[in-house]
Amino acid sequence: MKYAGLLVMPAGFFLSIAALVLFPASASRAAFVVCGLAVEALGLGVAVRGHMPQRGASRP
Amino acid sequence: MTPTVPAMTDAVFALALALLLLAPLAIAGVALINTGLGRSRSAAQALLGNLAIVAVAAIVFALVGATLAGSLPGASGGAGHTFHAAGKPWNWAGAGPFLLGGLSTAPAQSQLALIFEFLAVAFAALIPWGSGADRLRLTSGCAAAAILAAIVFPLLAHWVWAGGWLSQLGVNFSLGAGFLDPGGAATVHVLGGLSALAVIWIAGPRKGKFPKEGLATALPGHNAVYILFGCMISLVGWLAWNLAGALIWLHAPLSALPVTAVNTLLSASAALAATFAVTRVRFGKPDASLCANAWLAGLVASSACAALVTPGESLAVGFIAGIVTPLLVEVLELAVSIDDPSGAITVHAAGGLLGLFAAGLFASQPGQLVAQLIGIATLLGLVLPLVYLLFWLLNRVLPFRVDPDGERIGMDLHELGGGAYPEFVIHRDESYR
Repeated sequence: MKYAGLLVMPAGFFLSIAALVLFPASASRAAFVVCGLAVEALGLGVAVRGHMPQRGASRP
Repeated sequence: MTPTVPAMTDAVFALALALLLLAPLAIAGVALINTGLGRSRSAAQALLGNLAIVAVAAIVFALVGATLAGSLPGASGGAGHTFHAAGKPWNWAGAGPFLLGGLSTAPAQSQLALIFEFLAVAFAALIPWGSGADRLRLTSGCAAAAILAAIVFPLLAHWVWAGGWLSQLGVNFSLGAGFLDPGGAATVHVLGGLSALAVIWIAGPRKGKFPKEGLATALPGHNAVYILFGCMISLVGWLAWNLAGALIWLHAPLSALPVTAVNTLLSASAALAATFAVTRVRFGKPDASLCANAWLAGLVASSACAALVTPGESLAVGFIAGIVTPLLVEVLELAVSIDDPSGAITVHAAGGLLGLFAAGLFASQPGQLVAQLIGIATLLGLVLPLVYLLFWLLNRVLPFRVDPDGERIGMDLHELGGGAYPEFVIHRDESYR
C-alpha cells in the first residue's frame, strides 16, 4: 500500500502539468491544477498510512 | 530559454556577497537546534554529522551538481537541456561547465548565484539528518546528502532559479512571473522536509517510541538552551539569506530590502506568538521546543514570501504557521506514528509549502497563484517519490538504521567511541526494560 501511494503522487503531478497544456482559460486551468494536487494529497495519505508502523514494532 | 541577467553594480555585488557570508548562520542555528532536540548520548554524532553533511554536499555539488544546476554559463551559453512538448520548450536540466570551470571569469550575478546554491545544497542536505537522530548512521546520512547534492537539488535548483521550466511558467504559459522562490523555501526547505519524511519512513521510529499500548513515548530533546540559542542564531542567518535571495533571484532594488527584513522578523515573531498561545491554552504552559519549531516555521515560510508580500500579510503567514506547527507535530506523532525528533516535516516541509502558497495568494500578477501551485505539485508529486526511490535504493546498499546495540548504547559511543559529555552521567533509557 505504501508504494501504491507513492505511485499515485506522480499521477497527480502529471495531471497538473496537463492542465497547463490542455486549458488555456485561467479558471479551468486552476481547477484542474487543484484536482492534480488533490490526487497527490490522496497518494500522500495512502503512503503515510502504509508506512505507519505496527504498534509495538519499535519495541525490542 | 536563457534567462536575461541584468548587470549588477559593484555596490550591490559587495552587499550580496556580504549577506551570503552571514547566511551560514542559518545553517549553524538549525544544526544547533537539531542537536539539542536529539538525545545527549547522540549529541557528538549529531553535530559531527551536520559538519560532515555540509562538507559532502559541497564537494558533491562542486563535482557533479553544479553542472546539472547550470548556474554558471557553459560552453553552450548555459541554455541547458530542453525538449519541446505541446509547442512549448521545457528546460529540464542545466548544462554548466564541468568542475566549476570559468568561475572566476563568469558574470558577477552567476558567481553569487553559485555561492547561494552551495549554501542552499548544504542546508537542504542537513535537514533530514535531524529527523534521523538517534538511529541514522553517519555514513548513510552522508551518502543521502551526496544523492541530494548530486541529483535532486541540482535539478530543482535549475528548474526554479536557473531558467528551468518552473521559472519559465510566466513566459510560456502567462502564469505571473513564473514559479517564485527567492529564499529557497522550495529548493532548500520543502526538499529537505520531504527528504526527512523519506528518511523516517525508511529508517523507522526510534526504539521504544511507539509502545504496544498507550500513547507514543515522549523522548524530549536533551538541551533546551541549544534549541533556543539556535533560534536566535538562525534569525541572523535567515535575514541575510532572504535579503541575498531578493537581490540575486528577484533583482530587487536596495529600497526593497528593509521591507524584506521586516517581513522575515514579523513572520517568525507571529509564528512564535501563536504557538506560545496555542501551547499555553492546550498544556497550561508554553512549550519551549514547540515554540522553537514555530519560530523556525515562521522563518521558513518567510523564505518564500518575505520579498513578495506586505508586512501585514507576512504577519498573517507567520500567525498561520504558528497555529499549524504544534497541531501538525501532534498529529504526525500521535495519529500517524511518524517519529520526527527535529520536527523537520512540520517546520521545513509544511512551513515552506505554506510560504510558497502565500507568495501566490498575495501576488498582484494574474496567474501567480497557479504558478506557485504547479511548483507545489512538482515538489509533492515528483520530488518526494524521486527522493524516496533514491533513498530506498541507497538503503539496500548502505542500511540507514544503526544496529540494535548501537541504538541501545547511543550513537556517540557506537559510532565515535566517546560521548559529547564525558564528565556527565548519561541516563539509561527506561523504555528498554
